[in-house]
Amino acid sequence: MMKCRRCRGPAVVEVRRHNAAFCRDCFLHHVREQVRRAIRAHDMFGPDDRVLVAVSGGKDSLALWDVLLELGYRASGLYLGLGIGDYSSRSAEVVRRFARERRGALEAVGGELVEIDLAEAYGFDIPTAGRKGSRSTCAVCGLSKRYVFNRAALERGYDVVATGHNLDDEAATLLGNTLRWQTDYIARQAPVLPARPGMVRKVKPLYRLSELETAAYSFLRGIDYVVEECPLVAGNTQLRYKEAMNRLEVTSPGTKAQFLLGYLDRAAPLFRAEDAAALTPCRACGQPTTGRFCAFCRARAQVLGLRLEDLAGREEDGERQVARELSEEVLPAELYGGAS
Amino acid sequence: MKVRLRNPDREVEVAGGRKVRDVLRELGIDPDTVLVIRDRELLTREDRVGEDDEVEVRPVISGGAA
Repeated sequence: MMKCRRCRGPAVVEVRRHNAAFCRDCFLHHVREQVRRAIRAHDMFGPDDRVLVAVSGGKDSLALWDVLLELGYRASGLYLGLGIGDYSSRSAEVVRRFARERRGALEAVGGELVEIDLAEAYGFDIPTAGRKGSRSTCAVCGLSKRYVFNRAALERGYDVVATGHNLDDEAATLLGNTLRWQTDYIARQAPVLPARPGMVRKVKPLYRLSELETAAYSFLRGIDYVVEECPLVAGNTQLRYKEAMNRLEVTSPGTKAQFLLGYLDRAAPLFRAEDAAALTPCRACGQPTTGRFCAFCRARAQVLGLRLEDLAGREEDGERQVARELSEEVLPAELYGGAS
Repeated sequence: MKVRLRNPDREVEVAGGRKVRDVLRELGIDPDTVLVIRDRELLTREDRVGEDDEVEVRPVISGGAA
């Protein structure tokens, strides 16, 4: 039987890259320490900052919200309804239950659960965008999340957006960007993206923890997270990069951590100059962009079949009309069409 | 023993009376990519499972982090 590294009691979780195993309590301590260390090392936020945690209902984001509340941070959750059929309904239920069960902790820090529905607010859902737009489903989903999280945080006066990206996510993204030498993307990969005009600060407090650790944390804390995968994610390149890195990890535990943490420590400064593009307000929505219109508005106009100049007018008219038109156009039975 | 696999959900029968690592090896599963759960408890690779046990093997990998 494996023994806990800290207390020598029976271990329940093994962390091979640290050549260590932990009992329940010492493992929870280990996870909180890793998060605390990440927050402190990168000056992510302080006890007075209002933190908006982007929660999907999965193990990472709920673990993050839980840890931040345990550490006493002023952490609220933001759930974005993506309109992916039963999967989204179940995710929303899980997030609402999580918030209900922590009502006391949330009240103590002035936190809340903010819910935004993509179709209600912007007139389209992800399955429709994947089918009608030129981007892949995962690409338009990621774009929509980044846009809505930033805008919601700014409009509601939050100091920082925190996402549940873990060590495996970050290592797989770095691998993908490195294989294609996308130096501008590599330059932007950091545990903290500082605030810029129109852009709230973004942080990734779980970047030192593997997927196994965030899953084990959520399980041991009794968090009922969504285990099933997004039905639209099949064949996602991110998953293939993760599988490749896991194969390396089998014979050389710690490879992923060395790749990511070594990059952050020693290579990241070499790429900084690549990320100096000037930002101006998008002519349709006012959010920052390097072009005339931001990527989200361009994608949205394409999905809704509108000209970008028309979108600028609609933004002022309010969003409800667009949502109504689109809901008449899309039948529920079509939701999963063209999924992958 | 019964093993419940996820994504998609399915159940397989394998021999018990051995370590978790041996069960996972037979199923071709990398121990670093799953939680192994028995009676609401996590098991490590070195824990033994019995012939009458029921365990869930729950993947931890998620994708789509665009």
